[in-house]
Amino acid sequence: MNPSRSHGIRISGVSKVFAGLPRPAVDDVSLDIAPGEFMTFLGPSGSGKTTTLSMIAGFVPLTSGSICVDGKDISGLKPHKRDLGVVFQQYALFPHLTVAKNVAFPLQQRSVPKPEIRTKVDEALALVGLSDCADRLPRQLSGGQQQRVALARAVVYQPRALLMDEPLGALDKKLRDQLRKEIARMHRELGMTFLFVTHDQEEALTLSDRIAVFNNGKVEQVGTPTELYERPATLFVAQFLGESNVFTEDGDERKFVVRPERLDLHAGPDSVPDGHQRRKAVITEVVYVGNHHRIGLRFDGGTEGSAMRLAGAPLPAAPGEPVIASWSPSHQTSVQGG
Amino acid sequence: MPSTKQNMGWGLRLWVLAVAVLLLAPTLVVIPMSLGAGQTFEFPPKEWSLRWYEEFFSSPQWMDSVITSVQAALLTGVLATVIGVAAAIGLDRGRFPGREMLRSAMMAPMIVPGIVVAIAIYATFLRWHLNGTLLGFVLAHTVLAVPFVITSVSASLAGYDRTVEVAAASLGASGWTIVRRITLPLLAPGIASGFVFAFVTSFDEVVIALFLQTPDIRTLPVQMYDSITLEIDPTIAAASSLIVVVTTAALLLPQLIRRRRSDA
Repeated sequence: MNPSRSHGIRISGVSKVFAGLPRPAVDDVSLDIAPGEFMTFLGPSGSGKTTTLSMIAGFVPLTSGSICVDGKDISGLKPHKRDLGVVFQQYALFPHLTVAKNVAFPLQQRSVPKPEIRTKVDEALALVGLSDCADRLPRQLSGGQQQRVALARAVVYQPRALLMDEPLGALDKKLRDQLRKEIARMHRELGMTFLFVTHDQEEALTLSDRIAVFNNGKVEQVGTPTELYERPATLFVAQFLGESNVFTEDGDERKFVVRPERLDLHAGPDSVPDGHQRRKAVITEVVYVGNHHRIGLRFDGGTEGSAMRLAGAPLPAAPGEPVIASWSPSHQTSVQGG
Repeated sequence: MPSTKQNMGWGLRLWVLAVAVLLLAPTLVVIPMSLGAGQTFEFPPKEWSLRWYEEFFSSPQWMDSVITSVQAALLTGVLATVIGVAAAIGLDRGRFPGREMLRSAMMAPMIVPGIVVAIAIYATFLRWHLNGTLLGFVLAHTVLAVPFVITSVSASLAGYDRTVEVAAASLGASGWTIVRRITLPLLAPGIASGFVFAFVTSFDEVVIALFLQTPDIRTLPVQMYDSITLEIDPTIAAASSLIVVVTTAALLLPQLIRRRRSDA
C-alpha cells in the first residue's frame, strides 16, 4: 500500500453541550493535528476526548466552533462524506459479512472496480497479517483479530486520517501490547494522520508524536510525551501521567512536582549532595515491582509520595524509619492548579 | 448451552413428554382419521384410503377456499411484515411523546377478544364495501398479524448493536445503503419469523373471516366451519390435516434454514 498524502486536522474553539448536563462535555477546545502526525487524546472517562473524536468523525454535531481538514471546514458534513477512517473499541465489524467483504465495504461505497477491490483487500489484510482469514466470519475470530480486521477496513480506502476510539480497550494485556506495536508499525508504513483516544498513559506515551491531555472537557496541555512527562504544566497532568511527588513552595501557595525516579533517599543529612533540595520523610512501604522497588513515602506535613529504586540497589532505611529525600532543582517543575 | 440441556432429570423429561402429548395428540389424531376409507370418522380407521383427499381436491368449493386462503395469507404476510418492520424500528429508535401508548395501541389486537375486533371490522367494512372481497380479508388479517411482526422484529432489535451503523456511515455508506446492506440483513431472522407468523395468523383465522365471507368468497377455515354445520363427512379431516401440514411447515422452515446456515 502506498503511503497516502497526509492531511492535517484543525479544531478551533469546539464546544459540545448536551441538554440536561450541567457543564459542557467539550469546552472551547482548539488543537492542530499536523499531516502524518500520531496524536493521542489522553484523559479519564468523561473528560471529553471521545466526544471530540465523535465530532471530528461527524457522529455528534458541534455546539460551536469548527473542524477543518486541509483548511476546509467539514463540521457541516455527514459522516459518510468526511472520508475519515474510524476504529471503535468494540470492533463494530459487520457480523453477517466475511472478513474480506467487511474490508471491501468502504471500497464498494466508493465504486472502486471489482479487480481493484480484490487487490486492495488482499493488501490490507496482508498489512494486518490476516490474509488466511479472508473467508471467515467475524465471530470466528479472536478479539485481537477482529480489531485488526477493523483496522484493515478503516485504512483500505486511504482515508484522510484514521481515528481510533480506545481501540485496545476490550483486549487483554498481551494482545493489547501486540496490537499497540502493530498500530505503531502501520503508522510508520502508511504515513497517515492518526488520532488515538485512550485513558491509558502507557499507550499514550509509547505511541504518540504528541499527546493532548483532556480534563473536564478542556485540553490541559499538548506536547510530546517527553515534554508532558518531564515538564507537566498542571497538577492534573503531573498526576495523570505517571506518579508525582507534589510539594508546596515555602511561604507560597505555588506547587511543584518531582518524579519518583528523580528522588534520592539518604539515611542522614551528610550524604545529600550540595545544592540539592531536601525534605524529611518516613518510608511507609516497599513494594517489589519486578525490575524496581516502589518506595512509599510520607513527607513532613503528611503528604504522601514515592521514590524508585532499581532492583538490587540497597535501601537506605527500612519501612517505618526516617529518611531524607533530595533532588536536583533542575528536576522540579512548577505546576498550576490543585 | 448444551450443559443446561443435557442435565434434564427423568422427572422433568416425563413432564415434558406429557405436555407435548397433551398439546399434539388431538392434532395428530386427525391425520389417520383423514386417511380412513369409511363413510364416517373412525379412529383408528379399519381400512385406509385417500378418497377424502380426492373428494377435497376435486371439489371446486374446497379448492376456491384454499386459493382464497393462500392468497389472503401471502398478501397479509407481505403487508403486515412491511408495516410491522417499519413500526418496530420506529418504536425502537424514535424518541417522541406517546411512544409507549402507540406501541400498546399497535399490540392491542393481540389482547382484544377476536369477536370484538370482528364486529368492529364487520361494521366498518360494510360501510367501505370491503365485505366479501380479498382486500377485506387481507386488511382485517393484517390488523391481527402486525403485532406478531412487531414482537419478533423488536426481539431482534433488542440484541442489535447500532455501532455497526455508525461504522458503516464512517466507511462512506449513506442512510439508505446502511438500511439495505446492514440493518435489514441483520434483522432478517426476525423479519422472516414475523412473516411466517403473519402468514399463519391469516391462514387459520376464522372469526373475522366468518363475518367477512359471502357465498362467493370464503377462506378455508370458514369453508370447514360451514361444512360441519351442514353435513359431516371426513373431507374436513383431510382439510384439517392439510392445514396442520402447511402451518407446521411454515413454522419449521425458517428454523431449518437457520440451522443449515449456522452449520455451514
